Amino acid sequence: MELIVSIRKQLRSFMLKADFTARDEVFALLGASGCGKSMTLKCIAGIETPDSGRIVLNGRVLYDSGQDINLSPQQRHVGYLFQNYALFPNMTIRENIRFVAGGTPADKEEKVQANLVRFGLTELADAYPRELSGGQQQRAAFARILAADSELLLLDEPFSALDGYLKWQLELELGKVLQAYHGAALLVSHDRGEVYRLSDRAAVISQGCMEPAQMTKELFRQPQTLAATLLTGCKNVSAARKLDDGHVQATEWDLMLATAVEVPKATHYVGVRAHFLELRTAPGENTYPLEVVQVIEDVFSYLVMVRKLGSTGRPIRWELSKADWKSSQQQQGQLYFHIPPEAIMLLQE
Amino acid sequence: MELSPLIITLETAGAATVVTFFAGIGLALLVVRMNRFKGLADAIITLPMVLPPTVVGFFLLLFLGKRSSVGRFLLQWDISLVFTWQAAVIAAVAVSLPLMYRTARGAFEQLDPNIIHAARTLGVSEWRIFWHVLVPNARSGILAGLVLSFTRALGEFGATIMFAGNIPGKTQTMSTAIYAAVQANDYDLAFDWALVIVVFSLVFVLLMNWWIARSNKGAAIWN
Repeated sequence: MELIVSIRKQLRSFMLKADFTARDEVFALLGASGCGKSMTLKCIAGIETPDSGRIVLNGRVLYDSGQDINLSPQQRHVGYLFQNYALFPNMTIRENIRFVAGGTPADKEEKVQANLVRFGLTELADAYPRELSGGQQQRAAFARILAADSELLLLDEPFSALDGYLKWQLELELGKVLQAYHGAALLVSHDRGEVYRLSDRAAVISQGCMEPAQMTKELFRQPQTLAATLLTGCKNVSAARKLDDGHVQATEWDLMLATAVEVPKATHYVGVRAHFLELRTAPGENTYPLEVVQVIEDVFSYLVMVRKLGSTGRPIRWELSKADWKSSQQQQGQLYFHIPPEAIMLLQE
Repeated sequence: MELSPLIITLETAGAATVVTFFAGIGLALLVVRMNRFKGLADAIITLPMVLPPTVVGFFLLLFLGKRSSVGRFLLQWDISLVFTWQAAVIAAVAVSLPLMYRTARGAFEQLDPNIIHAARTLGVSEWRIFWHVLVPNARSGILAGLVLSFTRALGEFGATIMFAGNIPGKTQTMSTAIYAAVQANDYDLAFDWALVIVVFSLVFVLLMNWWIARSNKGAAIWN
């Protein structure tokens, strides 16, 4: 599979700019709701039309504003998994699948049977969609997409309508579907966990602007921009100014920090993940006397808002295990927090 | 009791409903898909529903009467619409079309757009989507529109009497027969026809409700 996308579309409050190439991989678009990520999928599927640009799937031009090519959704062979699954309510599961299967009646019957079996729907074949649970409906929607012989799988927030346990079950099941696509799919999500677990590469979209794609693990480890940092779940970000090659001033935190790498000129922000802070009992580099502003107990950890003693800077969120927090309470004397230089993310605008 | 008003009413209302049914669904689909001028198109189609029927009848006379360009064009083949059975059908269509159009449009707009998008991305042709997805899933609305426009056509009076007249045995329907009977002080006859209309309308609306309740069992989006 090879999908090349380069499109522009004016949306209500911003311009959507999406440029990327996805190959045999799960490619994720990570963004807040309303950032244009679903619109990107809709443009690929042909449900929406971009203002300009080009979309090529496996060498087939689906859309090209320059050549006036704009294939109908029917001609594109792109499978789209809708958030609400969009099964036809007037048809049973079997009829839903048969309705979209192509070929001779014998071919259709074979596709219906094969996909009912593949997704464990044989028992539910004659039920109507509304008689099925969310998870069963999603399996039926997958069965229907596979029966239609789509070349590409688009997943639009596939698990957002579900909660907790069921969500996890379906995430595990998605693996089966991806196998049929040789592991290739486009995933759109606002859930960083989902993106981290499911995708090979990912790109962040914010306000319609798509940032260059990175390997997913790399994106989470070392996000390059403010938007990527926030979307990958970093809670601590401060405006920052370069002091010299090895130091930045985090202006909102009121801290001077040494960095592990050379500070790029374009650095406007620094970030640090809440669980990378360390507790110290003596001062040192990147180590400051600690003032606790607020303590919040979470399910498996404590969230402690801290700042430099005597400063009026914005508190930093620090996440530490319940045991660590309790043992820190036993300590005598002044405590210090330490931000390891290698945990500091230097961010562009 | 001369039965011709009953037969003429059923024939004109029946013929008008056939036209209204297809035209109303067609217009509903057309307007639903419009981007610009949607409000204007909707207003024009809805207008006959809110105007006094006499105004509708007057405009029909004006645009399709013997002195209109359409009327003169038809006269070349010795066809005249005014005061004919066909005129009664046209009058009934004009006033019942908005009902069919509006209920069908409402039903189409209530459909989840994603089921149509899904059908398209899965390669289903527009024609098959229309017959197998749109119409079945909007069928309560379409049925309601069908019955409403039929009962409206059944009771049509104002536009009919202006455009088709009140010729016994030719264009006299039940509602114009009631008017004529009252004019002639024959209250018994007027009462009989009034009762027939009430019974017919009641039966059709009851049938509609039963039909919709039954068809909703298998597949409704909203419950």
